[in-house]
Amino acid sequence: MSGSVAEPLLRARELRKSYGSVQALRGASFDIAAGEVVALIGDNGAGKSTLVKCLSGVERPDSGEILIDGRPVVLDSPTAARQLGIETAYQDLAVAPDLDPAANLFLGRELRRPGLLGALGMLDKATMRTQAAEHFARLGVTLQSLDVPIGSLSGGQRQSVAVARSVVWASRVVFLDEPTAALGVVQRERVLDVIRAVRDDGVAVVLISHNMPEVLAVADRIEVLRMGARVARFAAAEVTLEQLVGAMTGALTQEDDR
Amino acid sequence: MNDERRPLRQRLLGASTFWIGLVLVVLCVLFSLLRPDAFPTLFTLQTLLIEASVLLVLAVGMTFVIITAGIDLSVGSVLVFAGVIGAKVMEGLSPGSNASGAGVGIVLLGLLAALVAGSAWGLVNGLLIAKAKLPPLIVTLGSFGAALGAAQLTTDGVDVRTVPKILRDGLGFGQTAQIPHMVALAALVTLLGGWLLHTTRFGRRTFAVGSNAEAARRAGIPVSGHLIRVYTGVGLLAGLAGFMSLAYFGTTTIGGHSTDNLNAIAAVVLGGTSLFGGIGTVFGTVIGVFIPAVLTKGFVIVGVQQFWQPVAISGVLVAAVWFDQVRRRSRER
Ligand SMILES: Nc1ncnc2c1ncn2[C@@H]1O[C@H](COP(=O)(O)OP(=O)(O)OP(=O)(O)O)[C@@H](O)[C@H]1O
Ligand SMILES: [Mg+2]
Repeated sequence: MSGSVAEPLLRARELRKSYGSVQALRGASFDIAAGEVVALIGDNGAGKSTLVKCLSGVERPDSGEILIDGRPVVLDSPTAARQLGIETAYQDLAVAPDLDPAANLFLGRELRRPGLLGALGMLDKATMRTQAAEHFARLGVTLQSLDVPIGSLSGGQRQSVAVARSVVWASRVVFLDEPTAALGVVQRERVLDVIRAVRDDGVAVVLISHNMPEVLAVADRIEVLRMGARVARFAAAEVTLEQLVGAMTGALTQEDDR
Repeated sequence: MNDERRPLRQRLLGASTFWIGLVLVVLCVLFSLLRPDAFPTLFTLQTLLIEASVLLVLAVGMTFVIITAGIDLSVGSVLVFAGVIGAKVMEGLSPGSNASGAGVGIVLLGLLAALVAGSAWGLVNGLLIAKAKLPPLIVTLGSFGAALGAAQLTTDGVDVRTVPKILRDGLGFGQTAQIPHMVALAALVTLLGGWLLHTTRFGRRTFAVGSNAEAARRAGIPVSGHLIRVYTGVGLLAGLAGFMSLAYFGTTTIGGHSTDNLNAIAAVVLGGTSLFGGIGTVFGTVIGVFIPAVLTKGFVIVGVQQFWQPVAISGVLVAAVWFDQVRRRSRER
């Protein structure tokens, strides 16, 4: 069924995560290979965002194993994940609304001036701005002004900036948690184009979406999460909408992987 | 061309520093017109600046704290505590516990002691806020009482009165080319603070933490460490302010700083820094410090009963916060 040939780039095994009495993940597993687009789908509250947070170092799973290139890793902070080349566009965006788009793009990776001034901590705002403008242009993010706080942009523009930030810095895996939820038709197509371009560069893309046509259009594989566990895996070319809906609602159970 | 200019004008008009700066200018013009003989004079300017310099140093630190969406109620008490420690160290190092004749070496040790004492309180505040995750309001309310109590315990409640003469003459009353040294020091602190906040990575991250702490954390910014450094920094500045106050008043003025915290917060907020964090400028804070200072001086010179001064300041303050709210609401969709 699933066409994974080599050792997956990123593999999660039996992740469990509880918030108080709520079990968000009940032994969830996940695999993705380099240069692959995997759609992660599931009903509201299935645990998709929680899984993403565990795999980007924002939350620590209570138990389970995360492997990169087959080696176990501990993602105990967002920085740890970033150092492994993992970037994420979160569902709640996680941007600083009072900072401008360039500052948000470079958040946590601010460029400093060369020489003594840089050693003193001075920012190279001009270079960051120029590079940000280039990245936004390349990724099709259209903003009227680069000088306004991101909180004053439209919801879709903010989302585009958050997606751009994750894509620009990702070298191995990028998680996009509902990246098109607030986007118009044109912007949505652009994001799908960006996903394909990133995939062609050899980066693994995890797309979370409730939009099935979109998922079928761009994904190579589809993994289905239900009540905190993976219940099915499909190759996108072979699956039907009925099968996906069946897997999400529990009408169809395919998988028992330990 | 027009496209380039309009946003700039809008930005200027949208910036609360513009309006509050206008208020300051209008006040100065008004008092100058009312008393052209007494208000616009070098002497008035000098005393006004000197009297504002201690508050300015506190307010620069407070700007950073409020931009992180925090608050520090303890600055006045920390100022007193640091002043007491500085004074006690200088006395202890002097023969007969009388520091009046102490030399430069002892004064510098006293300064160091005051800075360390201030930073230590700031560090404690920062640790409790960033590590124990207690609300800044509660933590600094606690150290507001504790630092003052510690100062009183250290001195048995009696002000230290022997302050080195060279400190009083050099810093307290000294001037070079008509510029009082107190003012020069406060200006230096302000410039450094402005540089740090607006041009460095530390400043950028201060805004980021205040704007969305969780986003900052996910972007790999060490949020706890940053908060600890900000609170330690404001403690350090309170220590410096304590030493400046010692030089100016020649005594520890233990009972005289109970409203410094509120004055500093009011100045910062007047200057357009948002209590919700993420927005603010050091330049605005400078204006925010001088509006009450000019009002106070002006009322005295013009002969308005001085009880009007807090009423007037409160009015401006509430207007400034209201303006901030309107601005935020219009922006947040
Ligand atoms: N921080 C949290 N505190 C408490 N419960 C949480 C928290 N985060 C998630 N949960 C719970 O975990 C479960 C899974 O949530 P999650 O956000 O992962 O779902 P999701 O699949 O992303 O849903 P959606 O499609 O609506 O985004 C939900 O029941 C949710 O209430
Ligand atoms: Mg979600």
